[in-house]
Amino acid sequence: MNAGALRRLSGLLRKESLQIWRDPSALAIAFLLPAVLLLIFGYGVSLDARNVPIALVVQRPGALAASFTSQFARSPFFRPRRFLTIQDAERAMTAQLVQGIVWLPSDFARRAEAGGSSPIGVIVNGVDANDARIIEGYVQQVWATWLTARAQAAGGGAALPLSVAPQVRFNQAVDSRDYLVPGLIAVIMTLTGALLTALVIAREWERGTMEALMVTRVTMREILLAKLIPYFVLGMGGMAASVAIAVLLFGVPLEGSVWVLTAASGLFMLTALGMGLVISSIARNQFVAGQIAIITTFLPAFLLSGFVFDINSMPRVVQIITHIVAARYFVAILQSVFLAGNVWSVILPNAFALAVMAAIFLGLARAITHKRLD
Amino acid sequence: MIRQVLALIVKELLAVLRDAKSRMVLIGPPLIQLLVFGYAATFDLNHVPVAIYDQDRSAASRDLVARFLGAPSFQLVAMLRSDRRIDALLDSRQAQLVLVIDRRFTHDLLTGQAAPVQAIVDGRNSNTALLIEGYANTILTDFSLNWGADHGRPAPPAVLDMRARYNPSLSSRWFIVPGIVALLTQVVTLLVVALSVARERETGTFDQLLVTPLRPIDILLGKGLPGLLIGVFEASVIIAAAVWWFDVPLRGGLLPLYLGLLLFVVAVTGIGLMISSLAATQQQALLGAFLFMVPSIILSGFATPIANMPVWVQDLTLLNPMRYFLVIVRAVFLQGADTRMLTSQYWPMAAIGGASLVAAAWLFRKRTV
Repeated sequence: MNAGALRRLSGLLRKESLQIWRDPSALAIAFLLPAVLLLIFGYGVSLDARNVPIALVVQRPGALAASFTSQFARSPFFRPRRFLTIQDAERAMTAQLVQGIVWLPSDFARRAEAGGSSPIGVIVNGVDANDARIIEGYVQQVWATWLTARAQAAGGGAALPLSVAPQVRFNQAVDSRDYLVPGLIAVIMTLTGALLTALVIAREWERGTMEALMVTRVTMREILLAKLIPYFVLGMGGMAASVAIAVLLFGVPLEGSVWVLTAASGLFMLTALGMGLVISSIARNQFVAGQIAIITTFLPAFLLSGFVFDINSMPRVVQIITHIVAARYFVAILQSVFLAGNVWSVILPNAFALAVMAAIFLGLARAITHKRLD
Repeated sequence: MIRQVLALIVKELLAVLRDAKSRMVLIGPPLIQLLVFGYAATFDLNHVPVAIYDQDRSAASRDLVARFLGAPSFQLVAMLRSDRRIDALLDSRQAQLVLVIDRRFTHDLLTGQAAPVQAIVDGRNSNTALLIEGYANTILTDFSLNWGADHGRPAPPAVLDMRARYNPSLSSRWFIVPGIVALLTQVVTLLVVALSVARERETGTFDQLLVTPLRPIDILLGKGLPGLLIGVFEASVIIAAAVWWFDVPLRGGLLPLYLGLLLFVVAVTGIGLMISSLAATQQQALLGAFLFMVPSIILSGFATPIANMPVWVQDLTLLNPMRYFLVIVRAVFLQGADTRMLTSQYWPMAAIGGASLVAAAWLFRKRTV
């Protein structure tokens, strides 16, 4: 690059920076949008069921039934409500006042003493299948605790032949916010990164200023670079703000190093901006560019990145499609760097994939943006 | 007067449906989203990669391992011979569950002590971790009860008999797909209505409308009803797809469903008209629609339960029409609810719809004079 090219580039950079500075909407997209979305998501999205209202129906109260139901009162997961008949409890569940029913039939104590294995009826509201599964798991825990407590009180051997020691790595409290917030950063940065640049070239076309740029001596490469550099800085600023909110406000641990996080974010930002430039060059119209940006970047990042929905559980075809979603790799890196630390076996392959995608999109943007009117 | 409003409605429908690009926005993305959401958005676990370190290697431990291999939710990725690789497998996400069967397993089983089994779960995705724990626990408990029965151990005093009402196999598709009816209806209706007035303002034809004999209220009707029609039509297509393509059972009647749909679309139309009255350009209207849409979807209970949100956020959701309609669609689809049971969901939507239409009419008058 010779001196003339450098001078032209710095002139273009100055123009872009001034444009950003004078039009608050770009600054709003870079800083306000991530912050607002992160706050809404961070407070609003939680998969942790606590204080689940549950109906307890004890048809014949007794010592054994009381020892079982008292376990529910003690559990942090449940808020038990007593019902006299199973019909009342069913009505409460239909009206969604309770999420499930635990039912001790009238022969509960008699059968428990006669031969054991006295059935306890558990009915959960299956409308929200995920919630129902989690509630079933909690009921099972309460039951196992009750058995162990009884066996210990009786001074005998183990209640069940097996004792399971569950151990959760990387997120001991199994707090859904700790895993959702890092994933959210990826989703939000996809949106802002692509939206920022999707509009910039389309805007020049729409306003006719692209033609003005074409009659000057600047090359297409210089125009693209001048678009890329300021928005990269802006996007990384938004990224830093998001990480600060995650760590300081939501208390998400940052186990890995800040440098790994910065490097990975840089790669991802290049990919997102590259996608935005490609969209911008194709659409040449702000309305269509904005629509395409939302449909091709935001929704796949939300659904196909493994941020809420587990990729392993998707149908094979959908799993293959997820490989072309850049956010997938960034989500994997973020969740590891935040919750597990610098796990190189996760970071390196995903960072490599991001680098390849960044190169493809930036190259594509260069290839399809021509200095010509047609 | 009715004829003139009708003419305006026809004109609006033509304006939206004639342009190839806006036709695409109305038809393409919703269909793609329906398919992708329907297939990708699942909380059910399949093929969870599991590694097993069996230190005991006895008949009993092999029986336990076989139960994990036979379960469709789990897929074996490694049989370990030492504990050295456990951390590496978990770190790199090659295994999401590592089951460690202790050396004393058979010995403890036979002597009546609790035989230790360790289940190590990757907690980076906490929801998956909870579900994996639940699945593993079910298998381990089944093994416990069977082994106890086979070897003459006293049975536990009570066992759980678990059933799920309304969705016996707990398929999350039955939960997500009816939700999509609400989601896409809101997106499409809001976009159509929010852009309608802004488009006329931007192209300057709005002034022409104002000099016609139409009253502001007639213009409002002419702008609102096309969105209403398109929204109801779009919802009907998705409902049909839910029933015939995704095989979600429709247990209730169409009357409670469509009553809810109508109130919901009216409420969304009112909000869309408010946005449209405030915006000067299509760009601003689009931004306004987006700013309303994202929080309203996230805080509606579509993917995560409202009951899990902090109380002040739960209070905020009371203003969100989608919250009520989601309850209605799911209740009608899965629980077979009737209109009487859903009264408590209908009236808040009617109130939101009425209030937003009045507000839109007021804003509209203010901006036109």
